[in-house]
Amino acid sequence: MRKPRVIVPAALAVLVLAVLVATQIASASRTSKSGATAVSGTITFDGIWTASSGQKQFADVIKAFNKLYPKVHVNYKPVGNNLPTVLATAVAGGHPPDMADIAQPGTVKQFATEGKLKPITYATSAINKNFAPAWRQLGTFNGKLYALVFKAANKSLVWYNVPAFKAAGVTAPKTFSQLLKDAQTIKASGTPAYSIGGADGWTLTDLFENIYLRTYGPAKYDALSTHKIKWTDPSVATALKTMAKIIGDTSNIYGGTSGALQYGFNDSVTNAFASPAKAAMVFEADFVGGVITSSTKAKPKTGFNTFTFPSITPGPDAGAVEIAGDLFVTFRDNPAIEAFVKFLASPQAAEAWAKQGGFGTGNHNVPASIYPDPITRASEAPILTAKSVVFDMSDNQPPAFGSTTGQGEWGLFQQFLKNPSDVAGIQAKLEAAAKAAYKK
Amino acid sequence: MAAPPPDSEPGKLGRYLTGALFLTPAIFMLGVWMVYPAVYTIIRSFFGPQGFFGTWVGIDNYKTLFTTSNLVTAIKNNAIWVAVVPALVTAIGLIFAVLTERVRWAVAFKTAVFLPMAISAFATGVTWRIMYQQDPGLGAVNALGKTLKDIVSPAGVLSSAVPSTSSLQTASGGALVLHKPLHPGGLALLGLTAIPPDQVPHGAKQAVTPPTKSGDIVGTVWRDFKPGGGKPGVVEQGELGLPGVSVDLRNASGKTVQSTSSGSDGSFTFKNVPSGTYEAAVSAKTFAKPFGGYGWLGPNLIVPSLLIAYIWIWAGFAMVVIAAGLASMPRDVLEAARTDGATEWQTFRRVTVPLLAPVLSVVFVTMIINVLKVFDIVYALAPESEYAKANVIALAMYFTAFQGGGNFGVGSAIAVFLFLLVIPVLALNIRRFKRDA
Repeated sequence: MRKPRVIVPAALAVLVLAVLVATQIASASRTSKSGATAVSGTITFDGIWTASSGQKQFADVIKAFNKLYPKVHVNYKPVGNNLPTVLATAVAGGHPPDMADIAQPGTVKQFATEGKLKPITYATSAINKNFAPAWRQLGTFNGKLYALVFKAANKSLVWYNVPAFKAAGVTAPKTFSQLLKDAQTIKASGTPAYSIGGADGWTLTDLFENIYLRTYGPAKYDALSTHKIKWTDPSVATALKTMAKIIGDTSNIYGGTSGALQYGFNDSVTNAFASPAKAAMVFEADFVGGVITSSTKAKPKTGFNTFTFPSITPGPDAGAVEIAGDLFVTFRDNPAIEAFVKFLASPQAAEAWAKQGGFGTGNHNVPASIYPDPITRASEAPILTAKSVVFDMSDNQPPAFGSTTGQGEWGLFQQFLKNPSDVAGIQAKLEAAAKAAYKK
Repeated sequence: MAAPPPDSEPGKLGRYLTGALFLTPAIFMLGVWMVYPAVYTIIRSFFGPQGFFGTWVGIDNYKTLFTTSNLVTAIKNNAIWVAVVPALVTAIGLIFAVLTERVRWAVAFKTAVFLPMAISAFATGVTWRIMYQQDPGLGAVNALGKTLKDIVSPAGVLSSAVPSTSSLQTASGGALVLHKPLHPGGLALLGLTAIPPDQVPHGAKQAVTPPTKSGDIVGTVWRDFKPGGGKPGVVEQGELGLPGVSVDLRNASGKTVQSTSSGSDGSFTFKNVPSGTYEAAVSAKTFAKPFGGYGWLGPNLIVPSLLIAYIWIWAGFAMVVIAAGLASMPRDVLEAARTDGATEWQTFRRVTVPLLAPVLSVVFVTMIINVLKVFDIVYALAPESEYAKANVIALAMYFTAFQGGGNFGVGSAIAVFLFLLVIPVLALNIRRFKRDA
């Protein structure tokens, strides 16, 4: 009968001890100490790449870093596609990782404005040495350098089924009007020209963004990205009308409008590169290549190939490339993190991943020859040499408007796909949604 | 710590502490994972979108909830779910349970109906999404429709073909008519495009323009396309004839006077045509479209499609619970009813159902709670382009709070609203548990 009395305080003691240890661990991970001479410490890094999508390649980048800084341990956590959610919750709860990769500049800006991020001005010279000024600009928010664009995807690409183009007797078009003409020829050959993955709203915004960029050039594109131009602007109307020439050509889209709304991005790729072809081309980024090789039998050059999104108005466009990318940000500041960020801006870091493919970089000290195959070289080289780069517009905007499934831009462009003749109506809706999202 | 006197009861404090010790883990768990989040969510719902708390906004979030169109759609859809699913699931479960009492292979049947319960709702959603695909080549549901339709009216050999020039036009009924008056000795060129290479009929040869012959009307029907496009309406080198296409000759009043079939080079001849004005036409059945499938995942059918898939999952659960209730039902009452001359329907209606009422209401109420919280199947089954149409409260909460929206204020308000909807149903359930105990 004595035992309970002994157990109770003992248990309470254990509980208190456990809580103490837990808080101890938590605070220890927050303050990674550094030695005065050799840099050492642990960096926690939350990333989007998982075992199937690049964790191994990023591990090789870390390995290359550890050759220079053996005492810094980079603790990479593969969070996967839920990264924005996980990160937002971690930041709101006050326990962010040391570093993270964020695909949406809108989110970076939000964190920077809330004072959650640490500037990486110490890496300015390293970035200036390796990147064109446009890239530093992409990482600058509220006038300060907060992010490094470590990995970039070329979004100004069109992928085509080579046998389908051959059967129609057309070659990769250089201008948009040629593309529209070729599309009619392809249709007459018995294959729908376009494969559209409209179930994923972002494939539609990407198409619009390329059209807008090719019509009005980077300056106006950036103005629309930041809502300095309203969505009711006549330039948006023109771009939407140009877009309607593609998405309104329903008999030339595989599955027609209803099919386009049901097929996601992956379906749109597998449909276009099936044998025999169900459609001839897909408007999407460099990562289409990976989907083709992993889920179809098409072979590079003989089965599939890619060309740069054709020019619409040659003047203002001036060879701009739209990219999406991984912005590396830091939530803390210490010598280990500084060393890692500087290393990531170096050509060695980019080469460690680039030679394995599936990677684009704006680091111009990386030779294009590093890419393992001709298709990757063709799709990534434009980024290296681009005169100007712009970030994916929908990623640049407040997420509620630019990147939320079924609402904002993604949802409204799906409505536009359903009814491409209602340009003014969709403009009004876009403007209303943008206004609401920017007000927050 | 002084030891208590031997052989005495532990003091009041000791008993209290023992109780506390046993309760601590449960209270700790409940506190950390249930009470704290619930209270935080309620408080959070009165604050702005970002941060741990953000700024005080009063009931603005609740106003947003009832004025934003996609959130209102979500509430309406949940109402449809509550109105349809619990009743149907209970009814279907009851029918299955009663029927399985009377069939052989009842165990096999029950297993088959119960099996969907063993699959996660997410996997079910993915599976049904594939089954609902509009393309009959992909979706099982539409493939069934295609099989049935092909028996009734098969697709034409050149279903995708369209005329290459505007002189050939679709007449009522789907036939293609050459709008060029023909006289004996004339020539009819019927050019068609948009025919995939693999759909060109077997044995097709280079198309030729047959020489005209007095008294006959000759012509050719061909694939008016060569790489690069070629000249529309002109038979060129590299363009194939379309063999086996049935061509009709119609007189001025539109009546078919002769029919023939094209040869391997696409040419055809109407012999000994009396003088007059004629039109050449390719019959409609050549262009009969194959079954294109219903848009199960489209805006009009998405909600019913979701309901069907969800009922498919839960019918098995209802059946098993109701069958258990049936098994424990006193048989003598049924016997008595039958002895008294009640028909099977009367026995079912007046004896079985009333006796099963408690079980049926358990199923019904459980389903209401499940349906109010429905999330994963909508997330997995509906294409993103139809989320706006298929939206439900839990999904709206997830997208508003955690996906790009990042609005924890409105997200919390939606969660609280959902919580308030579930509470009365839960209270009902708890009261019945107490009564049963």
